[in-house]
Amino acid sequence: MEINDIIKPENKVYGKTPLLTDNILHYCPGCSHGTVHKILAEVIDEMGIQEQTIGVSPVGCSVFAYNYISVDWTEAAHGRAPAVATALTRLMPEKYIFTYQGDGDLCSIGAAEIMHACNRGENIVVIFINNAIYGMTGGQMAPTTLLGQVTATTPYGRDAKLNGFPMKMTELIAQLPGTCFVTRETVKDAPSAKKLKKAIRHGFENCGKHKGTSFIEVVSTCNSGWKMSPVKAYDWLEKNMLPEYKLGVLKDE
Amino acid sequence: MAEKILMKGNEAIAYGAIDCGADGYFGYPITPQSEVMETLMIKKPWETTGMVVLQAESEVASINMVYGGAGAGKRVMTSSSSPGFSLMQEGMSYLAGAELPCLIVDVMRGGPGLGTIQPSQGDYFQSCKGGGHGDYKNIVLAPASPQDMYDFVGEAFDLAFKYRNPAMIVSDGVIGQMMEKIELKEEKRPRFTDEEIQKNFSSWATIGKTKDRDYNIITSLALQPEVMENFNIKLQKKYKTIEENEVRFSTYKADNAEYLLIGFGCMYRIGQAVVDIARENGIKLGLLRPITLYPFPTKAIQKFVPQLKNIMTIELNAGQMVEDVRLAVNGKIPVSFYGRQGGMIPSPEEIYEAFLKTIK
Repeated sequence: MEINDIIKPENKVYGKTPLLTDNILHYCPGCSHGTVHKILAEVIDEMGIQEQTIGVSPVGCSVFAYNYISVDWTEAAHGRAPAVATALTRLMPEKYIFTYQGDGDLCSIGAAEIMHACNRGENIVVIFINNAIYGMTGGQMAPTTLLGQVTATTPYGRDAKLNGFPMKMTELIAQLPGTCFVTRETVKDAPSAKKLKKAIRHGFENCGKHKGTSFIEVVSTCNSGWKMSPVKAYDWLEKNMLPEYKLGVLKDE
Repeated sequence: MAEKILMKGNEAIAYGAIDCGADGYFGYPITPQSEVMETLMIKKPWETTGMVVLQAESEVASINMVYGGAGAGKRVMTSSSSPGFSLMQEGMSYLAGAELPCLIVDVMRGGPGLGTIQPSQGDYFQSCKGGGHGDYKNIVLAPASPQDMYDFVGEAFDLAFKYRNPAMIVSDGVIGQMMEKIELKEEKRPRFTDEEIQKNFSSWATIGKTKDRDYNIITSLALQPEVMENFNIKLQKKYKTIEENEVRFSTYKADNAEYLLIGFGCMYRIGQAVVDIARENGIKLGLLRPITLYPFPTKAIQKFVPQLKNIMTIELNAGQMVEDVRLAVNGKIPVSFYGRQGGMIPSPEEIYEAFLKTIK
C-alpha cells in the first residue's frame, strides 16, 4: 500500500484545529506550552468564538503565543496583561478576552495587576503557566521555584531565608470575590490534558455569561530550564511540583 | 450661544474628553490633577456617551489599560502628574513602539523625586525627548488656559489618530488648578461607532478577526535587527512629517520686537505682563509661545532671529526648553534663560528685572 492510499478523508482520525497556524513552534521539544496552546485553540474553535476572541500575550517564552493561534492579539509589557485585558473587556464587553501568562509575569512583576484585575472581577479568562522557572531568560528563579530547586540564580538551591517561599498564587486568587472559577490543572498526561480542556472551556463559557474572572493555573514543565529530558521532566513534575501545587478546583461559582 | 461654565483646568480636561467622544479614561489619583478623574466620576459619562471611566491600581496599570484600549482603535486616555508620569514611561515607549493613538495628560509638579505638589515645567525633557527607552517622540501640546485644556483634548486625539502616535497635553499645576470661564462646544462629537472602527482601523486594531483579513497583532517586538532597524527608520520618517506639518505657536507683540521672550503654558501668561511692562518703558520686547512643544517651532524662532538682539526663555525649571531654542538659534544671537524651580512662580516684575540684566 502506498502512502497516498492512506491519506484520504475517510481514514482521518485526528486533525489539527484550523485555529493553530502553520508557524513552526519556537518552544523546546517537550515544553508544556505547545499542549496548552493546542487545547486553547481547540476550545476557541469548538465554541465558534474566533471572531469575538482577543488574546493578550505576556513577556517570557509565550511572548510569541500570537504566532500560533489565529485570533487578534495584543502583546503586553511584562506583567501588565491583566491591565491590558481590563481595558479590552471594559471597552468591548461582548468579546472573549483572555490573558496567557507565565509565573514570572503573573506572580512577580505583574502581581499587582493580576490581583486587582481579579479583585475587580474583570470578565476575562486567565491562563497561568507555572513551570517554576524563568524559561526565556535562561532558567532563573521564579516566585514559584520550589525550595531546594537549582536555577541559574539559585545555584545552590532555593533557600527560604535568602529567596522566600514558593508562591501559591492560585490559592491567593481564590480568596478574591471577583473570581468565579479558580482551578489548578496540569498537562502531565492525556487525562489531565482533557481535564484542562474542560476547565478552559468552562472559563470561556463563564466569560460569555459575564460571570467575572476565571483563573486557570497549569502546572507545566520547562525541561530545558530544568535541564532534563522531556520524559524525566514530567516525572519530576509529578514527584516535586504536584505535592507543592495541589491539583483541583478551588472555586466554581 | 455656547454654554459657558467657570471651572478649573483639570475639570476642563474631563469635560473636553466627554465632549470630544473619548471612549475611555484610566487613571490613578495624584495631586495636582485628581480633579480630572473626580469630575469624570461625577459626570458619569458611561450613562450618556458610553465612555468608560476606571480608577486603576497604579499609573503603571493605567498606561497599560490605555495600551489595551488604544490597540482596539478606541479613543482612550489617562492623566497624571510628574511622579506618576515617570511611572508611565515604560508604557509610553510600548505605545510609541506599537504605534498606538492615545492621549496622556501630565499636569506637572516640582521634582525631582516626590518633590512638591506645586506647579513646575520640569517634565519638558521627559515629554519631548522620549522619556522611556528607545528613539521615539510624543506629540506634545502645551495649554495656557483652562479653555486650552478643554479644546486640546479633541485636538490631541485627532493628531494621535492622524499619525497613530501617542499625543500629550503637558500642563502644569497653575493651568490645572486655575479657574476660568470655559466655552463648551455646541456640537458634541460622538464616540466612534463599531462600524467606523471596523471600517477605519480593521487593518491593525484588535477588535476580533474577521473572515476578510488575517489576525491582527499589537506588538512592539521584532527580534531580527534588520526588521527593527527598518521599523525605526519608518518611525523617524513619521516624526519628520509631524515636524513639517504640525508645528503650532502664537506670538504677543512680537512683530517689531528687538528682544524676544519664549515661554509656554503658565509662563506665556506671565510673559505677556512682562512684555507690557517693557513696552511701557519703551523697550521693544515680544513674546513667542510654543503651543506644540514637540514638534518644536524651530523655524518660527529662526525667522525672528535677524530682527532680534537676544532671546530669553522663561520656564518653571532649571532650563530645559532653552536647549531647543539654542539649537534653533545656532549661536547667531545670545540666548539666556530665567526660571524658578521647586514650585516657585516668578512675578512679571522679577522676570523684567532678569531680562534687563541680559540686555545691559
